[in-house]
Amino acid sequence: MSKLPLRARLATGIGGAAGRVSRLTGRGDGSVIGGVLGLRVEPDLLRLLAADRQVILVTGTNGKTTTTRLITAGLGALGQQVASNAFGANMAAGLASALGRAPQATYAVLETDERYLPVVIEATSPRVVTLLNLSRDQMDRAAEIWLIARRWRDALADAPDTLVIANADDPLIVCAASSAKRVTWVAAGQRWHEDSWCCPECGSHLRRAGADWRCPECSFGRPRTPWALDGEAVIDPHGQRRELDLALPGRANRSNAVVALAVADVFGVTADQALPLLRQVTSVAGRYTVVPRGGCMVRLLLAKNPAGWLEAFDVLTPGDGPVLLAVNAQIPDGKDTSWLWDVDYRVLRNRPVYVSGERRLDLAVRLEADEVEFELTAGLDDVVDRIQTGDLDVIANYTAFQQIRTLVGRTE
Amino acid sequence: MSTGLTGRSDDSEDSLMAQHRARHAAPSGESQLRLVWVYPDLLSTYGDRGNLLVLQRRAQLRGIDVEAIEVNADQAVPASGDIYLMGGGEDLPQILAARRLAADGGLQAAAARGAVVFAVCAGYQVIGTQFGGVEGEPVAGLGILDISSGRGSARGVGEIVADVDPELGVDRLTGFENHQGVTAIGAGARPLARVALGVGNGDGTEGAYAGRVLGTYLHGPVLVRNPGLADLLLRWATGPLAPISDADEDWARRLRAERLQAVSSAP
Repeated sequence: MSKLPLRARLATGIGGAAGRVSRLTGRGDGSVIGGVLGLRVEPDLLRLLAADRQVILVTGTNGKTTTTRLITAGLGALGQQVASNAFGANMAAGLASALGRAPQATYAVLETDERYLPVVIEATSPRVVTLLNLSRDQMDRAAEIWLIARRWRDALADAPDTLVIANADDPLIVCAASSAKRVTWVAAGQRWHEDSWCCPECGSHLRRAGADWRCPECSFGRPRTPWALDGEAVIDPHGQRRELDLALPGRANRSNAVVALAVADVFGVTADQALPLLRQVTSVAGRYTVVPRGGCMVRLLLAKNPAGWLEAFDVLTPGDGPVLLAVNAQIPDGKDTSWLWDVDYRVLRNRPVYVSGERRLDLAVRLEADEVEFELTAGLDDVVDRIQTGDLDVIANYTAFQQIRTLVGRTE
Repeated sequence: MSTGLTGRSDDSEDSLMAQHRARHAAPSGESQLRLVWVYPDLLSTYGDRGNLLVLQRRAQLRGIDVEAIEVNADQAVPASGDIYLMGGGEDLPQILAARRLAADGGLQAAAARGAVVFAVCAGYQVIGTQFGGVEGEPVAGLGILDISSGRGSARGVGEIVADVDPELGVDRLTGFENHQGVTAIGAGARPLARVALGVGNGDGTEGAYAGRVLGTYLHGPVLVRNPGLADLLLRWATGPLAPISDADEDWARRLRAERLQAVSSAP
């Protein structure tokens, strides 16, 4: 910290105090408010705080928070302090706050909002930029994703010293990373295809064969991938296969783990060293947490957009157990609920389905169209009253998830 | 796909069904409504599948067999559809879609033959004579509807409410809009509605129609919240429609009432 100019030291001090107040008063986890106040005092704080560190940026529509956590866990093998915005506060303020809280850390793993990536690349000169995926998300306030891909491409063209680790299974990500000097491609998978049926370069319908894809009209296609997710296992650049065996559930998290292993490898942490550390991660910012409520064991799944809902369905407790779906449309959720119609709910037909949240009527009409039976409820406790006992999976979008976390008590 | 549900069996509906069958008798003797969704791979950003699902459901609840066809950007648009749907999209896919449709010609031919065309947002602009590209430059549309769009100074994002041309007999529209387009309606088309809340075409009107071609900036998707508009399109394609039971209308009515209430009480 002593390297920082006085104003920056003052700024991080004020920010840190506000963050503590925010946590103590229960208004949040303190990571955003601390940074917002800090940045007002010192606009160049992020640049100052990032100087002389090994910065790893993580971005994409889904999996940012979990992948950030997994990379941080993997780098734990180095035995050094790692700064990270572990709670998903991913705009400039949250990043500055995370760095300010860990002045001695040599490494910084920073989840970065998609829109801010170009600015943050410019400010932090990252050693690694990790690109996960791009799909429709909060279209009423976010930029168009084809446009985001192009902005990333421009930003990476101006960062020749940065290594990009990118998901080759998402054509928009491949388009974005195509300008980078050095890219390590990862076959991390992509279940959601609704935003990548067509070539981002020319618009032709992509030809897909298994995992491979290419444009029939231009030269755009899937690059070769040194790292790959293969079912339950990771395949490394030497072709060696290791079972992932994570505590975190689902295909999306296996995908995040493979990306994290590729990042750790850049810093000399082998997959054999990193994997045991990745397996210790059980819950990320309250996601996948199981909490008792009434006579039920409630499992919390966050899903903020259609691709996220698809992955959430993948990690439902197997069988035909009950599910509560909760949807709000506040500003952080996006005020437009049209995305509900991009999700295929028919996989829920054999389960008891409960709906809640401020936009539960939107959900009701949506489920009716998919011929999924459901009950309208007042919220989690109402559902717990109705089912009395057993497991309950909850899939909620952002503010609905936070409301439920507050109700059951934050667990981390 | 052909998934007819059993309709209710009161006399009036039976007679309507008979009329429908007579009009749509396929060679096999089977009645079928053909819904054609144009370029879901390029133009489907705002839950556009919802419009297809609502048309399908409301037809099936009346005992009308439905065939839903999805035409990708590398396929020819079939000429024999009854209702053609087009959705929203980002700037780049919109331009690519317009280019491909112009070369294909299938949608223009279907419209000329009197098929119903229903287009939302980017799709609405594409069926006009021109629209604004990535930098606002004019891009040629298909000229199916006499409207001309350009790029406005600000994005219109939010809930929108609009009162439909009384000629069409459709209740007040509620939906969500998210676009930077402004649209001028030519002599060959009429405004679909007058804006009560929101932006719409940018001049106090919203959407446009001519004959059986209708476009709107509303998504949401618009037919979910506005079953009356869905029924207008179905009526254009099949003639008079049987009523749908209150039980089957209930959720959509509640959602519609809630949305209209939410915007009327907003500050």
